[in-house]
Amino acid sequence: MLEVSNLACSRGDHRLFSDLSFALYPGQIMQIQGANGSGKTSLLRTLCGFIIPDDGKISWCGEDVRELDEAYFAEMMYLGHLNAIKDELSALENLRISAGLSGTELNEKDAVAALRRMGLRGRERLPTKVLSQGQRRRVALARLLVSDARLWILDEPLTALDVGAVALIQELIAEHLARLGMVIFTTHQPLEVAGMEMRSLSLS
Amino acid sequence: MKKLSLFSLLMLVVRRDLVLAMRRRADVLTTLIFFVMVVSLFPLGVGPEMGMLRKMAPGVLWVAALLASMLSLGRLFSADYLDGTLEQMLLAPQSLSVLVLGKMASHWMVSGLPLVLMTPVLGLQFDMSIQAIGVLILGLLLGTPILSMVGAIGAALTLGLRGGGVLLSLLVLPLCIPVLIFGTGAVEAVTSGLSVSSHLSLMGALLVLALVFTPWVTAQALRISME
Amino acid sequence: MAINWFKYSAPTTFYGLAGKLIPWFAVSAAVLCIVGLYIGFVVAPADAQQGEFYRIIFIHVPSSILSMFLYLIMAAYAAMGLIFNTRLSSMMASAIAPTGALFAFISLWTGALWGKPMWGAWWVWDARLTSELILLFLYLGFISLHASIDDPRRADRAAALLAIVGSVNVPIIYFSVKWWNTLHQGSTIKFTGTSMHIAMQQAMFTMLVACWLYAITVTLMRVRSIILERERHTKWITELAEVKS
Repeated sequence: MLEVSNLACSRGDHRLFSDLSFALYPGQIMQIQGANGSGKTSLLRTLCGFIIPDDGKISWCGEDVRELDEAYFAEMMYLGHLNAIKDELSALENLRISAGLSGTELNEKDAVAALRRMGLRGRERLPTKVLSQGQRRRVALARLLVSDARLWILDEPLTALDVGAVALIQELIAEHLARLGMVIFTTHQPLEVAGMEMRSLSLS
Repeated sequence: MKKLSLFSLLMLVVRRDLVLAMRRRADVLTTLIFFVMVVSLFPLGVGPEMGMLRKMAPGVLWVAALLASMLSLGRLFSADYLDGTLEQMLLAPQSLSVLVLGKMASHWMVSGLPLVLMTPVLGLQFDMSIQAIGVLILGLLLGTPILSMVGAIGAALTLGLRGGGVLLSLLVLPLCIPVLIFGTGAVEAVTSGLSVSSHLSLMGALLVLALVFTPWVTAQALRISME
Repeated sequence: MAINWFKYSAPTTFYGLAGKLIPWFAVSAAVLCIVGLYIGFVVAPADAQQGEFYRIIFIHVPSSILSMFLYLIMAAYAAMGLIFNTRLSSMMASAIAPTGALFAFISLWTGALWGKPMWGAWWVWDARLTSELILLFLYLGFISLHASIDDPRRADRAAALLAIVGSVNVPIIYFSVKWWNTLHQGSTIKFTGTSMHIAMQQAMFTMLVACWLYAITVTLMRVRSIILERERHTKWITELAEVKS
């Protein structure tokens, strides 16, 4: 489980939040809410360890993530604003390489299956520069299907997605929660997961 | 799912960067053309007197190689930084240092190795002896990887900064002076009939030092720059 | 008596302490500088070989020594800031850098002035002078990296890493330049150390201490302004008498 206690973070001279505490248990989902510039992305990036908090502690299963370091990275998966896909590579290559970077070897069959489930049938081998914004986002989101991380940290996962894709993401999140995974995310679009209590955290 | 070994992770990064470089061939070629052009400008600048050119050749080629590698270093991390891949790399559960080493290796293959392969032709332009060209190539083979590795630290530190390219050269060039000295020193030793082994073994020692320390230092620099 | 040194590692207390210390360091630096220059230029006799020209060493040598030591001290402070995340150490590192660069510059300038009457050239590729030039480049790299990063924390940490890499490289660079110099039989500045007159030694030592005190004075002054700038939004700064007025 993920536990955050008395977290404080600032960018430049501006204090974004302080004394932030919460805990996320297996099978739970939490939405971070707040206006633009309230520090949603900074909070998620702090949870990933990119930003060193001014104060407070983040622990994973009782241990400080700064000490766990790479052991923590193996358990979590982050999807940021940027898709982390290369224009010159095909969807298939992109997916297999990003799985490789996160330490797992993904065979072609599984990768194709994941891309097809994301609605990219027939586009697996095209260079991603010819795909639309929404399709590129789908390539990035396909990583959710091939990762065995327990904690998903999703920053605006629904941008550029159409109704069908949003439904698909909701389905994926529901499956992940059913496997006792954890999700923490931000969104400006409504996202509902059937049969799950949605916790929310407001930053102001 | 099967876990990747560190070695296959290294190979994955090298292969990925080489594929990307092949699909963006223009970038590779510009570095090489820059190198050839800078070297060819010298005779025009100092006059075509063969004795002087022969004496200057190792220095000119080395300095040009230094400048060419500075030019290509800006691209080492910037593409991955802009499209978000670097974020994913920092979250790699195995070893960021290994990923960085892979990127350094492919950077060298794409921007260092072509310069080394081009050297014999340029050496002939400067009327260098075959022996001197041989030692020059050997020195470049040992030295250009050091440039890629030390340069990677600078590239990581200047990531995403305005005017990063010039700043990068300002940070990295002073650190590369020993490589320049040993590389040109070896050629001068062989032309004056002395042994080159001390120069080249010192260069080898620098290469080993760089291999041991720079990937980790670069990884730390990346973490600092991504904050 | 136990003194709580950690108390002074907080910018809040250090600001006041530095303010009290600065006049003492400044006055003693000025006095020793006058004394040292007097001994060096008036009391000390002319050198048998170099005549009056040698007197520039009273400025050249202390500034060379300081430029090298200051780099190491700067790197040490920067490393402390990076490892222990102490803000004051990083501030000290960035306060030392300009002074170090200044001494490296003075050392080069006086070296050139000395070189002209001695060898008839403003610049000789002597191992020491060349290393000093590279040291100046390292200082400039540190300063410009720090200046081009907007976020002060990232700037501190990135510059610290650069300073550490630089200080590991300094011995390698020095060794390689020296080696390059002997291979090319370049000219070497030699000091007639054993035959140095006692007044010369006194002048040199006094000037060295004066330069140290000067370096400490300006570093403390600069660190005070850095503290003011970085902490301008905190309560204790707004309550300072000099800020209110």
